[in-house]
Amino acid sequence: MAVCIAVIAKENYPLYIRSIPAEQELKFHYTVHTSLDVVDEKVSAMGKALVDQRELYLGLLYPTEDYKVYGYVTNSKVKFVMVVDSSNTALRDNEIRSMFRKLHNSYTDVMCNPFYNPGDRIHSRAFDNMVTSMMVQVC
Amino acid sequence: MEGLTLSDAEQKYYSDLFSYCDIESTKKVASNGRVVELFRAAQLPNEVVLQIMELCGATRLGYFGRSQFYIALKLVAVAQSGLPLRVESINTVKDLPLPRFGASKNEQESRHTTSYSSDTENQGSYSGVIPPPPGRVQVKKGSVSHDAVQPRTSTDQQESTSPVVSPQQSPPTSPHTWRKHNRHPSGGNNERSLAGPGPFWSPFSEAQTGSSAGDAVWSGHSPPPPQENWVSFADTPPTSTLLAMHPASVQDQTTVRTVASATTANEIRRQSSSYDDPWKITDEQRQYYVNQFKTIQPDLNGFIPGSAAKEFFTKSKLPILELSHIWELSDFDKDGALTLDEFCAAFHLVVARKNGYDLPEKLPESLMPKLIDLEDSADVGDQSGEVGYSGSPAEAPPSKSPSMPSLNQTWPELNQSSEQWETFSERSSSSQTLTQFDSNIAPADPDTAIVHPVPIRMTPSKIHMQEMELKRTGSDHTNPTSPLLVKPSDLSEENKINSSVKFVSGNTVADGYSSSDSFTSDPEQIGNAVTRQRSHSGTSPDNTAPPPPPPRPHPSHSRSSSLDMNRTFPVTTGQQQAGVVAHPPAVPPRPQPSQVPGPHVHRPVDAEGLITHTSTSPQQIPEQPNFADFSQFEVFAASNVNEEPDDEAEKHPEVLQVEKSSDPSGSLRVAKTDGRIEEKTAASAPANVGKSTTPLAPPPKPIRRRLKSEDELRPEVDEHSQKTGVLAAVLSSQPSIPRSVGKDKKAIQASIRRNKETNTVLARLNSELQQQLKDVLEERISLEVQLEQLRPFSHL
Repeated sequence: MAVCIAVIAKENYPLYIRSIPAEQELKFHYTVHTSLDVVDEKVSAMGKALVDQRELYLGLLYPTEDYKVYGYVTNSKVKFVMVVDSSNTALRDNEIRSMFRKLHNSYTDVMCNPFYNPGDRIHSRAFDNMVTSMMVQVC
Repeated sequence: MEGLTLSDAEQKYYSDLFSYCDIESTKKVASNGRVVELFRAAQLPNEVVLQIMELCGATRLGYFGRSQFYIALKLVAVAQSGLPLRVESINTVKDLPLPRFGASKNEQESRHTTSYSSDTENQGSYSGVIPPPPGRVQVKKGSVSHDAVQPRTSTDQQESTSPVVSPQQSPPTSPHTWRKHNRHPSGGNNERSLAGPGPFWSPFSEAQTGSSAGDAVWSGHSPPPPQENWVSFADTPPTSTLLAMHPASVQDQTTVRTVASATTANEIRRQSSSYDDPWKITDEQRQYYVNQFKTIQPDLNGFIPGSAAKEFFTKSKLPILELSHIWELSDFDKDGALTLDEFCAAFHLVVARKNGYDLPEKLPESLMPKLIDLEDSADVGDQSGEVGYSGSPAEAPPSKSPSMPSLNQTWPELNQSSEQWETFSERSSSSQTLTQFDSNIAPADPDTAIVHPVPIRMTPSKIHMQEMELKRTGSDHTNPTSPLLVKPSDLSEENKINSSVKFVSGNTVADGYSSSDSFTSDPEQIGNAVTRQRSHSGTSPDNTAPPPPPPRPHPSHSRSSSLDMNRTFPVTTGQQQAGVVAHPPAVPPRPQPSQVPGPHVHRPVDAEGLITHTSTSPQQIPEQPNFADFSQFEVFAASNVNEEPDDEAEKHPEVLQVEKSSDPSGSLRVAKTDGRIEEKTAASAPANVGKSTTPLAPPPKPIRRRLKSEDELRPEVDEHSQKTGVLAAVLSSQPSIPRSVGKDKKAIQASIRRNKETNTVLARLNSELQQQLKDVLEERISLEVQLEQLRPFSHL
């Protein structure tokens, strides 16, 4: 189960961040923040020439004792970071990918909303619902 | 100018007049010509008319907006009562008789009045929804009307202190106020987003919140916020009344205003309570929405781009967050643009919100836009049915809307599916694309998704596109079978390619698609296709021992056009063993079609190029001896097919085909009726050419030897000349036996037709190949000559 999902803008500020156990929110915020470095590292490692073929799903960014952090970057350098509880019988990679895909689709829908200015925080209820579903379903 | 306070009667009257003058039906501007006429009919001296026009601001604006018009009318009334014309006199003069105009106008006015009274009554019935918000048009003018409003507002405010003070707001100063207020709208519109609608919507007693509210009201009017206009209209028949109230809301200066506000407030409350289904759109509302839609997008079937819609709805002064939510609800297909239905839904939601209704979490049913055109709403239902059928095998994913899943699954456009697959692959690995389709339903079951390349989920835009496409294909029955059939076959091929396991599943998927196509294409054919495919899998094992090789009735059109053939000639359709099974061994020799024509052109042309064989099949019949040449066909078929030793049944027809078309290049394609065979045929097309040169390869070679024979044949690319002959033979050998056996004459004729088509295709191919052969031979000759010329040198 994803315990924390964050959408980070290109300039590395959060557009949307939400975590499940409220009391550990700060910890997850910090985790996401530190994961951004890993994301950049992975992205740069691919090389500029490969930008077009770069796969969006970055995979496991780094594991910790309690949880694992997965990353996903869009072509517009918007990053999705997902923190998953390790105690969960390991979620399959495909499931993580599908979750990111859903995230990406929802994010696209938010973008399509003309009332949304890129760079604003995401307040879309549909997006919230989707994230909620992801955070509770993948148990 | 100060806000205009009009009594109800005045409002009605003025609205009528405005409509009368609104010859352009824009509801924005009363044409100057008409207005001037009207004023002249008022029997006022010209200078008075000019003064009136100047006072109301028309000269400044250059046209008569609704507010200007009303003010002008009021001034006319003032003038007609003999009072001095002053701006403040608009509101200060009470109990003013209605302005009188020439007799010619009266009838129209009366007509307008009657219609208007009915309108106002209707308005009463709406809860805040006003079909023709007169003021709205004027509001659309935006800054202009806003300017008009502002001065009025300012004057109203001043008026609040004392009517007497208002003279300060006389025209000379109004320009200043206008300018000052001009700056307001830009900044204030958004801020007052709530303030504006607030006074409108809340009981009018609250309307008099103050100048800011008044400004908000005005600013609300400036942009044509539909809701506001509606609100204002619903609440108070005359927009101007509302406006007047608001600017003057600061102070209940006139009892008229308060009374009017109370009345309107009561009206509003009454109207609100009368709503049974708050989300239902009445006809008038709908008409209004449609008109508004037309102002942005004249084509009712077109889209309103997101930016235009944003501007439009921003004028409603709702907070951006709520507008964003409304957009999310109403943009059904998530394409960033609004269709007419979506626009009406959004508009309705805005109106409701302005009226104080909370926005729903999900789009109400009554607002749900038809995914297909309104006329095709029935299709949606049908599709749902279809979806149910096709969806079952395809794991209908829970889509965003109830109708979405049906549409998702009814996509007969496998091509589009493949496109989507590619699109998704951009996002992630290709293997994931399949999962992606299933992500909505079974994310935890990626295997199934991968194996089952059913485009369950499609991006909204694609869905919409597909919907449109679906509609198109539904309406277009000209090529129901071929493209659709091709798709299922393609799908099955892809299935084979992708999963290589679930041929059956692929078939089912294809079946699903086929079945979904049924409503768009010939159901029979689809059923046939489905049957065909099913039969393929089912019959393949059966065809191990091909009875007298039922000459593949049809050249492998297999998937494409041969739907009919499939139906009528199960053997051929199956292209796989299915056809074989259906064919009884003994096939009366059918007069072979002019063997030249190749099989269905499209089939051969296709990459799969399998079907062509089917066309030759009928031609196989006449030549009984061809039966004996099964080996050749087998070889041929083998070479063409390159595999599938299992398809003995296929082989038989293939053999026949091989025999016939061993030479003809076209026969290659023709020979491979079966889907699998078709694939192979495509690959082996070049080989076939070679084979064609060696028509009589080892005759009865088991299918397994096909490959071998194919190899043998390949290097033997020589006499193309024999092609035609062979092709003819093949074609002739293709018996329509199976067909004739149990099929109707009609079916036979259809198959004959198909075969003829195939023949033509083959013939064409043949001729092309022969032409190529000639060219090659010529080149060879020239090269030899050159060599000869050079050789002497070498000797020297």
